[in-house]
This record gives sequence, structure tokens and C-alpha cells, in this order.
Amino acid sequence: MPYLLDKAYLLPLIMAGSFLVILLFGKKLLRVAGEKAVAAVGVLAVAVCFVLALVIAGQWIQRVDHPPVEGSPEFAAAKAACLGASEPEGAHEKGGVGERNGAEHGDSTVEDAPSVGGSEHAMGIAEGESAAALAEPSSGESTGGAHSEVLPVCKTITWFETGVANGPTILPGIKFEVGTLVDGLSVMMLVTVGLISLLVHVYSIEYLRGDRRFVHYYAFLSLFTASMLFYVLGTNTLQMLVGWELVGLCSFGLIGHWWEEKKNTDAALKAFLTNRVGDTGLIIGVVVTFFAAGATSFNVLHINEYALSANANKTLLLVGALCLFAGVTSKSGQFPLHTWLPDAMAGPTPVSALIHAATMVVAGVYLIARLYAVFYGGLEIGSSSLHYVAFIGGLTTIIGGALAFVQYDLKKVLAYSTISQLGYMVMALGVGAWTAGVFHLFTHAMFKACLFLGAGSVSHACHHTFDMREMGGLKKYMPVTHATFLVSTLALAGIFPFAGFWSKDEILAGSLHGPSGGENAYYLMLVMGLITAFLTAAYMGRAYYLTFLGEYRGHGHPHESPKVMTVPLVILGFMGAVIGFVNFPGHIGPITIPENLAHRFEHYVQPTFAFPSIEVAPFTLWLAGLSLVLAVGGLVIGIGYYLKGRPLAGLTERNPLARAGYQFLVNKYYLDWLYEDVIADSTKGAIARAMYWVNQNIIDAIVNLFGAGALAIGRGLYRYVDQGVVDGLVNGSGMVSEESGQFLRRIQTGKVQQYAALLFGSAVALVFVLFIVS
Amino acid sequence: MDFNSGQFWSSPITYAVFLPAVGALVMLLIPRQQEMTHKVLALITSLVTLGIGIYILTQFDYSAGSRLQGVVDTNWIDAINARYIVGLDGISLPLFALTLLVVPLCVIYSMDHIPAPGNAKAFLILILVLETGMLGSFVAIDLVLFFVFFEVVLLPMYFLIGVWGGEQRQYASIKFFLYTLFGSALMIVAFLALYFLTKNPDGSAAQTFDIRQLQALSGSSIGRTTQLLIFGGMFVGFGIKVPMFPFHTWLPDAHTQAPTVGSVILAAVLLKLGTYGFVRIAIPVLPEAAQSWAPIIGLLAVIGIIYGALCCLAQTDMKRLIAFSSVAHMGYVMLGIATLTPFGINAAIFGMVAHGLITGMLFFLAGSTKERYHTLEIRRLGGLLKSAPRMGWILGFCSMASLGLPGLAGFWGEFPAILSSYNPANPTRATVLFGWSNEVVFRIFMVLAAIGTVLAAGYLLYLYQRVAFGEPKEEFADDPHIHDVNAFEWVSWVPLLVGIVLLGVYPNIVFSVTNETVAPAVQQIAAAVGGG
Repeated sequence: MPYLLDKAYLLPLIMAGSFLVILLFGKKLLRVAGEKAVAAVGVLAVAVCFVLALVIAGQWIQRVDHPPVEGSPEFAAAKAACLGASEPEGAHEKGGVGERNGAEHGDSTVEDAPSVGGSEHAMGIAEGESAAALAEPSSGESTGGAHSEVLPVCKTITWFETGVANGPTILPGIKFEVGTLVDGLSVMMLVTVGLISLLVHVYSIEYLRGDRRFVHYYAFLSLFTASMLFYVLGTNTLQMLVGWELVGLCSFGLIGHWWEEKKNTDAALKAFLTNRVGDTGLIIGVVVTFFAAGATSFNVLHINEYALSANANKTLLLVGALCLFAGVTSKSGQFPLHTWLPDAMAGPTPVSALIHAATMVVAGVYLIARLYAVFYGGLEIGSSSLHYVAFIGGLTTIIGGALAFVQYDLKKVLAYSTISQLGYMVMALGVGAWTAGVFHLFTHAMFKACLFLGAGSVSHACHHTFDMREMGGLKKYMPVTHATFLVSTLALAGIFPFAGFWSKDEILAGSLHGPSGGENAYYLMLVMGLITAFLTAAYMGRAYYLTFLGEYRGHGHPHESPKVMTVPLVILGFMGAVIGFVNFPGHIGPITIPENLAHRFEHYVQPTFAFPSIEVAPFTLWLAGLSLVLAVGGLVIGIGYYLKGRPLAGLTERNPLARAGYQFLVNKYYLDWLYEDVIADSTKGAIARAMYWVNQNIIDAIVNLFGAGALAIGRGLYRYVDQGVVDGLVNGSGMVSEESGQFLRRIQTGKVQQYAALLFGSAVALVFVLFIVS
Repeated sequence: MDFNSGQFWSSPITYAVFLPAVGALVMLLIPRQQEMTHKVLALITSLVTLGIGIYILTQFDYSAGSRLQGVVDTNWIDAINARYIVGLDGISLPLFALTLLVVPLCVIYSMDHIPAPGNAKAFLILILVLETGMLGSFVAIDLVLFFVFFEVVLLPMYFLIGVWGGEQRQYASIKFFLYTLFGSALMIVAFLALYFLTKNPDGSAAQTFDIRQLQALSGSSIGRTTQLLIFGGMFVGFGIKVPMFPFHTWLPDAHTQAPTVGSVILAAVLLKLGTYGFVRIAIPVLPEAAQSWAPIIGLLAVIGIIYGALCCLAQTDMKRLIAFSSVAHMGYVMLGIATLTPFGINAAIFGMVAHGLITGMLFFLAGSTKERYHTLEIRRLGGLLKSAPRMGWILGFCSMASLGLPGLAGFWGEFPAILSSYNPANPTRATVLFGWSNEVVFRIFMVLAAIGTVLAAGYLLYLYQRVAFGEPKEEFADDPHIHDVNAFEWVSWVPLLVGIVLLGVYPNIVFSVTNETVAPAVQQIAAAVGGG
């Protein structure tokens, strides 16, 4: 048992430690040792994490190559650890009440069980659970995979537990576990997050040099990395929800990093609130999947297993999947909740690279990949040819791609491009091309981070502008930035043999073939994907031309960035160039790739446990050729337009239809107007004010009316009964009447103090007296 | 002192409850000019009370939380068979502890924040009397005793608002006083009805105010309609205190006008008396009626969530906004209670504690903002992060906690309430709402409550953006009054901030205590309602 696989919790813990150190001692460190020392804390922590992630990846590869044999005790123990608490029929006698104190006893690691006679206390429970896992007949069978399952490595501890297990008419106990789930998918994410976070940490030393909130920046970077790792490693949906919200917090904090300007804080608020809208769905989705899968566990593997079982409730799965997808829609910038992402570019550029391109925004994609059985079953991906998720993914790719054309801000081009590519990933998962989607997530993280950091480098050189109209001709001033940007552009555009080509092609092939061995094709998605392939190349060609070719149009003298910025660029550029090779198809036309080179990514990353059986689409030469032609055509048109001195804007001036389209795009399909001016403004304006008016003028008025009524009755009594009748009777006793009048008046003018004090003082006294007497 | 002696004079609960009153009596004898003496005395009193409380926490047997512990049961008013019964279990312990914590912090804060018109003596005496009332309410197991303590709370708060309050303190304090008193009147009628109508299994009149006995008899001898009416009486009484929509209008006025410390105590503890009343008395004593009322409670709770949040968005005053947020947050608590599930009620108690810490903290911040800026007009504020960075960060932290960010306390009150609504107790039972089943109506509530989280983020972040972000407004740009958090503020705030993080990261601290009592209690309720 490679020992790091069940110690993945170290990664988020190290980053959390780094966060605390920077938070508590950062200011002091800055004073004493300068910015570099603060950055060093973060860089060191994330470097350690990255190394650990690589080691874990290596150990995971070993595990896949030599998995525990099905039926062996080690296999059973691993399965028990993964499904641990999820057995519906309470494998161990938990009285609900008694068990709770033994939170540490719930600790069941994979190691404990096989080493018989090892640690005594964990033994009993692990055995009990493995017995239950074996007793469960259906588990895993429905995946029907011919290849043997490679079980994830799970380690969980019980965080809290409430309720009585197996109560008669009420909810059984709800148990929340925290733990780490290590499998190919999470390992891939660990490496991606580790690498890009490390490079961004390094890059930021220079980019943020002299920033007024250098310490806060690094503290947030560490917290973000910790949260992201926590999310990625989550064994259950609730833990993922926690991580999901925490990365959202960091995103909020970093978008609003320069909070003096209202524009930035508006963007931060927009990001947080838009995400909250989606989170509503996520929360409900978590609840629905929890109850659908038997209300015993939030465990993702348990939920996946349920979703694959024959008796799964398809309607609930559909509802759950769609609710979860609402969360994905906001987090991963899918139409129609993508509008926050371009605004999020208000944050520092390295943050855009890390959070808003490579890692946080793919959290939604990751969620689908993680709970794939739910989506697969709920949306019937295997037998459908069109459904909501795939369609939204496809729509988002085109919508994002089209918007990228009309931007003059380099970062916005990249932001819309990110939206478009996220749509690609979602579409891939939607059409059942799981590996393709996840692979694209992986490659995209590399070249898009490179593009963003490249944009940062350019802006660093050009007086902090991102306006491409003030750039141009930077090729000769910034050779390294230019080279890496070009490579990444080609990768993003999907030019052979760069990374994007391979992952994009798999998605297109997946749309063509569908997941059921060619039985159902997603032709609409295929067309959308091809259109986007063209669009992507064209807008990237445009951006590349405006930035690096032609004549320099800005002020001053641009210069190449220092090494601390260019080295991360080179690393990412290199990755963007070659990383596509990790998932060679088995056959490229007539060429057959050796088996130990082909499908490596798929082999090590695609789950085999609690995962629907999917047939991976073969490489299709004509499709790859077509997409390549479209991409090259896009590049040629994108660059060619400007080379001839006829920019796109010219066309829109000449052609009314183009002008209308241009206006439509410039106004971002009027979605911002709809959300901000119509929905948000009316909610916080008219609707909220109307509510408050109701509160003050109706509900409260009734209360006041009661008060006034009582007062009026009192006055009436006083004037007519007391003064008129009683006082009339008590003739000649003016003194008395005056006193009583004053007394009453005192009450009426609000001075009940004396009266009430008397009343309650005597009440308290009475309590004492009565007590002592008795 | 012996926690389990059962003797009045040796029970630490006695000392915890009455020590603040004794301290107040001592302070009565000291001339008001000696302000420092009063402050020190009040601090010592509240700290010693806290010490006794900590001793109780160490003596409490957490593995037997379902059992009422430290019970003192002696004769009190024989004529009506009202007994002096106090005790603690998993439901009351967290709230008891919360009260013990909040009062000393308020006293510390008051060290240099006695609001106009001054008079530290009277101010602090009232806070100590308040503490006795609050602690007493949480330990009382006899309805009359509970009622007495419940009312004892009312008066000091009335004075705190009426004397040390803002410009409209007269109106606010009388509204608070009369409104709550109105509720109390219905409540006592309900209590008396329970006393006279509850019968023993052998048919003899039970004539008891002992909550344990009433719970055991669970109102089974009372006619269904009468049960519903009695529950209705308690519902209004407790509902006003919570406050539940539409009985909430006293709250924004009281909060806005109350002095800082008054607001803090009001938010942190007083509101919980209402929700606690539901969990401790109304539901266990009349489970059948509770089941019938549950959809209505749930409905009013979600209306409160959405409505309170929308009203927040319309506010121009920071303190009033926070006040309205209480309506929304207590909506989640009531929703959790209305599900009548173990997780829901656990969540409700968690929500009470979390809301106490978070909103208490927000009111502290509002008070300190007012002290610095002499206004809480949101329009005029801005750039707090620049003028007083630490305070700005704390406000951000508390806003995030209040909007239910996971990892901070607020989340564990909110999410479980939403979760429990998916599957309420007796899911198939038809409700008064169009005859739909419990399951259907509560799932609708779930969606609405989830939408409420968006609105919560909306108003808190708009508030934060306008108060903390940006550059300070010109009129306050170089105001020397605007200083960062001072020592007294640090001391009184840090425990709350630590509590928010601690409960957020490890909610089991509360859940493990409450679940011991809640789980069996809910099962008992379910058993009383029967199969359904």
C-alpha cells in the first residue's frame, strides 16, 4: 500500500497552515523581511504540496497498474473504507447516541483492515463495514465493467452525527464525514491545482510587487489553494459544498482585491451573488441526491452506486442532476449565469489565471465528473441524443466564443474564451465523453493559465493596460512572452500537435459516437463544437494579431518581463505544447500507437468503480481533419482580416445586419442588463421597498392601531366615565380626582416605569418570599 | 456546590441564576457616583457567574444528555402546585452557556461604552437582572417558574431601550413591552389551560405545571380543538418573542433604538427565549397539536426568511438592516423546528447559538460604527476598511458568517434546516395548506428557504460594499474619532469571533450536546403522534 494515497489530507492542511501563518504573521514578516519572505511562505507550502501531489500521482499510477484483486481482503477493506458509512442497514450497532462520542472510532482507513491484529480499535469497525459491503449484493455489479475495478483510496473521519439510527417514523441518523477520496480524477486535479498554484505564487512575486495588500493577497492565495484541494478531495457532497463555497469566498476576496474602486467591488459582488444563485440549486441538489440515495450518506461513491443500481429513481436523479447543474451553471460560467466571469477580470491577473481559468471555474465540471453516474442516469446520456446539460454546454461554447470577438480588452477575450471552453467541457460530459471532458479540463488549465499569465506579462510591459488597441508589435519587445503566448494560442485553437487539438478532437469524436458504442450520436453538439473550433481559432488569431503583430500603438517602451514571470510562462507553454500526448488515441488513421503509450490519461484517470460503462469514441480521421481545417481557417481569417487593414469593426459599420449583431454582442446579449437593471434592481429597489412599505404601513400599522385603539378607549373611559360619572359622584373631592388624573396621565404619556417596576419588583419579591416560606 | 445534589442551596444552578441578581442588589447600595466600582462589580459578578457556568459544564454528564441533570425540585407555591424545578439538558445547555458568555462580554464592552445619558450603576444593574431572568428561563422546568423568569427579562430590557435608547426610544420601548406582554398574556392562559385540562391516565386532574409530567402525559386527555387552541396561545406568545412574521414589527424598532449592549443581548439571547419555548414546552407538551401547526409554522418561517431579507434590502440604516436580518435568520430556526425531525431541531438549536454569536457580533459592530461616525446611515458610510481596517475585516468576517458561509457557524443552522425540510416528520399527513401533504409543502419551503440564502448574501454584501469598501466619504476622511478596534472591543469581541469559527469548523461541539436530548425527544413526539 503506497503510503501517501491515504494521506492526501496533508495537502489542504499544509495550505491552511500557510494561510494561517501569513494571516497572523504576514504583516510582521513584511516589516522585518520584506515581501519576498511573505511570498516565500506561500511558495514553499505550495511547492511541498505540488511535490506531494506528484508523488501521490505516481503512487496512484502504481495502484492502477497493480490493483488489489477483487475478492481479496485488501479489496474489501478499500471498498469498505470508500462506502464506509453508507450502508443503509447500519452495519455496526450504532445507538446513534452512544456512537457519537467515538468520532475517532469512525476513523476507518484502508490500512487498518488488512493488517489483522494491527490497531485493535479500528479493526472491529472496518471489519463490520467490509462485511456489510460484501453482504450488499448489487454493489458495483451494475457497472458491468469487464475490466477489474480499481478502487479509490478513501479515508474519512466522522465530523458529526445526529438523530437516532433507524428510528421508526423519523429520519435516521444524519452523519457528516470529512475525508479524502483519492482516485485518478482527484489526483489529476491535485497535480493541476498544485502546478498552477505554484506557478502563480511565483509569478505574483513580481506582478504584485509593491502592492498595497501584498500580504492579504498571499493569504487569500493560500486559502484558495487549501479550499480547492479540500473540494477536490471531498468524499461527499456536503464536504464538496463546503469547499465550493470557500473557493467562492476567495474568488470574491481576490476579485475585490483593489476594493477602493467601485468597479472592482461591483465585480466581486456580482461574482458572489451570481454564484449564490447557482448555489441554491447546488444545495437542493445535494439534499435531493442525499435523500434519493437512501438518506444515509452524502458519500459520492455511495450516491453514484445508487444512481447506477437498477432500482434508482430516475425522476429523482433527473431533479438532482438538474439542481446540481444549476450550481455548475454559475460556477463554471455556463449560459445563462456566465455573466460574472468576464467582470471577474477586475482582479489581479495571476488570480484570473489560477481561479478564473484553470481551477475554480472548473469546479463545476469536476462536480459533474465526480457525480457522473447521477448525471448519466438522470439525463439518460447513454441513450439520448439531446438533453439539457449537453445543450447548455454547446450553447455556452458558441455564446462565449462569439462574445470574445467584440472585446478589445485582452483579458476579456480570454475570459469569454474560458466560458466557451468550459462549455466545451460540459458538453463533453453531456455527450458521454467523460475522459474527453476531463482531459480538456486538464489541457485547458495549462494553456489558458499560460495565456492569462502572458496577458499579465504584456500588461506589465504596457503600463498596466489590457486594451489591445494600445498594444501591437510586442513580438519583438517580448520574445519569451510572445513565444509562449503563440504556443498556447495554437493549443487553444486546436492546431496539431498542440494539447488542445487532442482534447478537443476527443470531444468532437465523442459527440459523433456517443457513449454507447455508436448507438446514439449527439449531432447538434458536434455541429456546435465544430462552429466553436472555428470561432476559437478566429478570435485567438485576432487577439494574437492585435497584441503581438503590427506596430506598437501604446506609450513608452515595452520590455520583456523578468525571469520570475517568464519561467512560469515557459513551463506552462511547454505543457500546452506536449501535454496532449498523454492521451494518444489507439489508432490515428493507419498508424497504430503502442498500447503502453495510448490512452494513458484515460487509463489512469477514468474511474472504474461506481461509474457507468462508457465506450470511448475512436479517433476519427476525417473529423480531426475537418476540425483542423476549421481551426486553421479561423486563424487565417482572424489574422488575415487585420493584415489587410480591414478590421472587424469596419464590417459592422458597412453592413446593417452585422452592425445589429455587433450591438447584440457588445451588449452581451443584454443579459447584464436583464440581471442587473431588471432583476437585481427591482429586487433591491421596487420589490424590497414595497415589502418594507407593507411592513411599515400595514403590518406595523395594525400594531399601532391596536395601541391607538387601547389609548382611545382609555381616554374615553377617563373623560366620560372617570371624570364625568365617577368624579361627578365624588362631588367636592377635587384633590383626589386631580391626583388620580395625574396618575393616569402619567401612564398615558408613556411613563409606565414606576407602575411596571412596582409590579415586577413585587413579582420577583413574591417568588423569593414564597420560596423561602415554603 | 454539588451539581447533582438536588438541593437548592448546594446546586450550582441556583448560584448561577441568582448571583447576578445578588450582585445587582449589592450595587444598589453603592452610590452612583462611584462608576468604576459599579463597573468592576458588574464585571466580577458576571465573570463569577460564568465561572460557575463553566463548573456546571464540567459537571454535566454529556453521555446522558437526554436526562435532565442538576435537577432541583422543591415546593414553591403550594396553593397552585407550582414548584421550583430547574435543570439542564442538551437543549438548554447550549443556550445557558451562550447567555453566560454574552453577558460578561457586554459588561466588558460597557466599560468604556456607557451610552447617553450615562448612569453606569442603573445600566449595569439592569443587565445583571436581565441575566438572572435569561438564565432562569433556560433552566426552569416548571411553567409558572418559566413564566416568572420570562417576564423578569422583559422589564430591564424595557428600561434599557427606554432610557438609553435612540431618538424614538419611548415608542420603541413601549411597543416592545406591550407587544411582548400581550404574548405573555396568551401564553399564561395556555399554561393555565394545560394545568386545568391535563388529566392523568386514571382520569384524575393532573393539576401540574411540571413540564416533565405534562410532557409524559402529552396532552392526550385534551380534546383536539382545545389542544390546537392551547398551542395557538403558546404559538403567539413564543412567536412574538422569536419574532415570527407577522409578529415581528416590534423588533426593528426595539433593535434600532436600543443601546448597543441592549441590541446584542436582545439578538443573542432574548429572541432565543421564543424558539426555546417551542422546543422546550410547546412541542413536547402538545405533540399532536404541534404536528397540526407545523405547516403553518413552516409557512410563516419561510415567509419570514424571504420577507425579512427583502425588507433588509430596503433599509438605509445599518442597524435596522441587521435587525431585519434577524427576522430572516430566525426563520431558518423556526423552519428547522417545524420539520419536527431530529436533524431539524438540532439545527434549530445550532442556529440559535450561531445567530446569537453572529448577530450579537454584528450589533457590537454597528454600535462601534455609530460611536465613531455618529450615524448609521449607510449612504454616508464607506471606506471602513481604510479608516479602521481591523474593524472592516471583522465586519466582513461577520457578514460572511451571517450569510451562511460554510466553515463558519451560520451555515450549520441554515443548511440542515433546508435539508430537513426535504423530509419532514409524518411526510404523508395532509396539511391545512390546500390539503397538500407535509412532504409537498415542506419541499416548497425548502426551495424558498434556499432562495433566501441568495437574498441574504445580497443584503449583507451590499451593506458590506457600501460600508467597508471604497474610499471614506469626505466628511469622515480625516475624522480623528474614527479609530480602529480598541482594547475593550477586542476583549469583548474575540470570544464571539472564536466561537463563530470554532462552531463553524467543528459543529459537533453543539450537535453532540443537543442530539442527546433532541433525538429521544423527537422519537417520543413521534410516538405520541402515532404512526402517521
